[in-house]
Amino acid sequence: MDYVPNTEAQLAEMLRTIGARSFEDLLSNIPADMRARGLDVPSGLSEPEVLALAESLAAGNRSVRELSSFAGFGAYHHFIPTAVDAIASRGEWLTPYTPYQAEASQGTLQMIYEFQTMISELLQMDVANASLYDGASSFAEAGVLALRAGARTRLLVSDTVHPHYREVLATYLSGFACTVQTIPHVNGVTDLEALAAAMKDDVAAVMLQQPNVFGCLEPMEQAGELAHRAGALFVANVYPISLGLLQPPGAYGADIAVAEGRCLGSPLTAGGPGLGLFAASQELLRRLPGRLVGCTTDHAGQRGFTLTLQTREQHIRREKATSNVCTNAGWLCLRATIFLSLLGPAGLRRMAELSLQNAHELRERMREVGFEPSFDQPFFNEWTMRWPREEHAGRLLRRLERAGIVSGVPLAEWYPMQERDAVWCATEQTTREQMDRLCRAVRA
Amino acid sequence: MNGGSELIFEQSVPGRCGVTFPPCETERPLEQLIPAGMLRRQPPHLPEVVEFDVVRHYTRLSQRNFSVDTHFYPLGSCTMKYNPKLNERIAAWSRFALLHPTQPASQTQGLLRMLYELEQLLCGITGMAAFTLQPAAGAQGELTGLKIIRAHHRAKRQNRPVILIPDSAHGTNPASAALSGFRVVEIRSGPDGMIDLGELKRHLSNEVAALMLTNPNTLGLFERNIAAITRLCHEYGALVYLDGANMNALLSIVKPADMGVDLLQLNLHKTFSTPHGGGGPGAGPVGVTAALADFLPVPRVRKTGERFRWDARGRRSIGRVHAFYGNVGVLVRAYVYIRTLGREGLERTSRAAIINANYLKAKFSTLVPIPFDDHCLHEFVASLKPLKASGVTAWDVAKRLLDYGYYAPTVYFPLVVEEGVMVEPTETESKATLDAFADAMARIVDEAREHPEWLKLAPQRLAIHRVDEVKAAREPNLRWRPDAKSAVANEASSLQTG
Repeated sequence: MDYVPNTEAQLAEMLRTIGARSFEDLLSNIPADMRARGLDVPSGLSEPEVLALAESLAAGNRSVRELSSFAGFGAYHHFIPTAVDAIASRGEWLTPYTPYQAEASQGTLQMIYEFQTMISELLQMDVANASLYDGASSFAEAGVLALRAGARTRLLVSDTVHPHYREVLATYLSGFACTVQTIPHVNGVTDLEALAAAMKDDVAAVMLQQPNVFGCLEPMEQAGELAHRAGALFVANVYPISLGLLQPPGAYGADIAVAEGRCLGSPLTAGGPGLGLFAASQELLRRLPGRLVGCTTDHAGQRGFTLTLQTREQHIRREKATSNVCTNAGWLCLRATIFLSLLGPAGLRRMAELSLQNAHELRERMREVGFEPSFDQPFFNEWTMRWPREEHAGRLLRRLERAGIVSGVPLAEWYPMQERDAVWCATEQTTREQMDRLCRAVRA
Repeated sequence: MNGGSELIFEQSVPGRCGVTFPPCETERPLEQLIPAGMLRRQPPHLPEVVEFDVVRHYTRLSQRNFSVDTHFYPLGSCTMKYNPKLNERIAAWSRFALLHPTQPASQTQGLLRMLYELEQLLCGITGMAAFTLQPAAGAQGELTGLKIIRAHHRAKRQNRPVILIPDSAHGTNPASAALSGFRVVEIRSGPDGMIDLGELKRHLSNEVAALMLTNPNTLGLFERNIAAITRLCHEYGALVYLDGANMNALLSIVKPADMGVDLLQLNLHKTFSTPHGGGGPGAGPVGVTAALADFLPVPRVRKTGERFRWDARGRRSIGRVHAFYGNVGVLVRAYVYIRTLGREGLERTSRAAIINANYLKAKFSTLVPIPFDDHCLHEFVASLKPLKASGVTAWDVAKRLLDYGYYAPTVYFPLVVEEGVMVEPTETESKATLDAFADAMARIVDEAREHPEWLKLAPQRLAIHRVDEVKAAREPNLRWRPDAKSAVANEASSLQTG
């Protein structure tokens, strides 16, 4: 099956209009010895056959809805109101492209303007862009921005930042003349003394995460002060839902705030697509990566919206652009805009409160069945716990897996000192029944 | 005046909310859980609206968009083809959409098999030896490719700081090269719009890490000398990177590996029909020859017997480019598309895309000059330079096309054509649509001569007239700000809910 509307007879007629004797005439530029002799791809399928194939593949998966999931680690299962899917599935949202022709794209442009406003508000920052690929690429772009902003060549990154984000940053920076220095943690949070000692006048930025990878709340205000005292930028990677309750980056002086925004109305989908949020202070406006939408007027004086400040971008500036990003995560940005409209300040706060409450309830219960908190720090909805029993921690996790439980994420791969630790998560989706199931499975 | 473009914020009424949550059984006092200094003091000024407000607002906004589902969208280089509904349906199933990235492989065997098979399918289509599905977009694919190029030369203990890029390339190419720490050297196209072998030779040296090229190029022309180009680069120890953005022209016609390229990215949102979503998300898988496979990002999906798993090891890997495994939701759609089309459907797709482009070009060529007037592949570039005599630019024509109900082609790109319009009809448009579009273009060319002011004032038939882009850039207004009154109202509502 294919999606070509023209019949073979029409295609032949069109070839005659073109003045070609055959289709092969159109390929005269292609050397004959380079022509493909059929593809190593199976034959096509009808729609019912494809559905059957996809069903058989889906049968090999178990969704978090069928299991009891306590995994977070940068990917959070939050409620998605029905209206999000209902609106976002419209073809007018799903099938246009980057709004180069403003007048024929006012829907997308106004939506992005509303999105930029909501994200600026949520993060309490001056300006937000139209989004990047995902949280990790936003984090990496923040590092690139800091390095390109001046002559400073060192980034200080706390080792409590999600390890995958630090890996992506390292990949992006290979080839840059710069140093990425990791700041250690003490009792689950960034070691401020070590950070202070590392602050030199070659530091371009200090990069922290709130809540951090262990779930602990970082002393963002103090870290930001240390950065600013040395003339460095302060970059905060945050968790959008937590900002219903926690201080936003703007309140503790972040110059750049980045986040994974998938939790705002988009499904987990094994971690992608994501929604890279990127916001900054006014001073950095012309250094921002990615698209920006501005409000303006049309010739008749009516309000209208358009892409703007495009001289930062690759299609104008080519190798001198602030980033190579071409597009944004438009469809997820739409979903986040609908989601935040539905929740409003009260709904966001309630979602955050329920996540916080469930997390603290579950940690208490896990303590009762033998886990020990690894750190003594306040936390939002993720926390790290140690399995101190004789049974190997890995064995416990396999036991839980068989009981249909998606456990917390073991940390040993990145933190050898945390060999028996895993980071656990609860959201407003976590039920008492799921908590009971986990505790029963641990005791069994 | 706002011309019906009332913002969602302007519909806000304090105290309203569009969601409800179940009650919480045991609620601990907040101050016992979070230190007071870490609690948010001022709630964000988000809209306070109900579900119906949101549904009506965003449905109305959607109607202010042109889209593939509603309009012909011949945006050159973007391959705006039909996005099958079946792909959306399957990608939304909870056993794909509600998987957590850290779930053990035992719970995601279906997904892993699908991703593994997708890599195999892309290898089959391109002839490359291995693929990573991790890059989230074409430009991130380019970045990944450039990191692989760097790693390859480093492994050979060579320092090669230069990337050669033809002047007709997409802007992402030089931007990605610069972001990877390379110096960009531009190669001028020859008079036929193709890479000039002499010019290429002049720039090749042992400083050159790679040539990045697009084939068919952005003029829609196949680089006739591609075999000589890749051979020449290899003689100097340089790699050849193919920007596979234009793969829709080559399915079943040329396997990129047979051109001699070492690595490439594919844009699944172009050739493989995943929706553009108003600007993303896309996916930009990168394929490489066997010699470069070890450098691919981790984790990779591996097959042992009939079991699949993630493998995060890779001593020579360039590392991660994505927090997890890439845009899985997009990959599911592309897999479904390729399995639906299969071998015959892929062949018919490129064939029809090429015939559609040449057909439209034949019609255009009676109206305006086509500077590089050879048979094109999937797209062509016309020049509207003659209209300048009546003061009309390509930009004006683009705006007038909107009045006729067509999204505009890409304009002023590639830079090698004066007043260029780049047209890519794709295979999913019917002959009738192409005929109507060509008729509209003919009328606009007449209008340009007889009533140029109609074009200068276009669009006239849309919800708004031409927007003032200069003002937008001069006085950046990038967010709505609550006025004093609504700010007070927001404070009051936060006190109620807090």
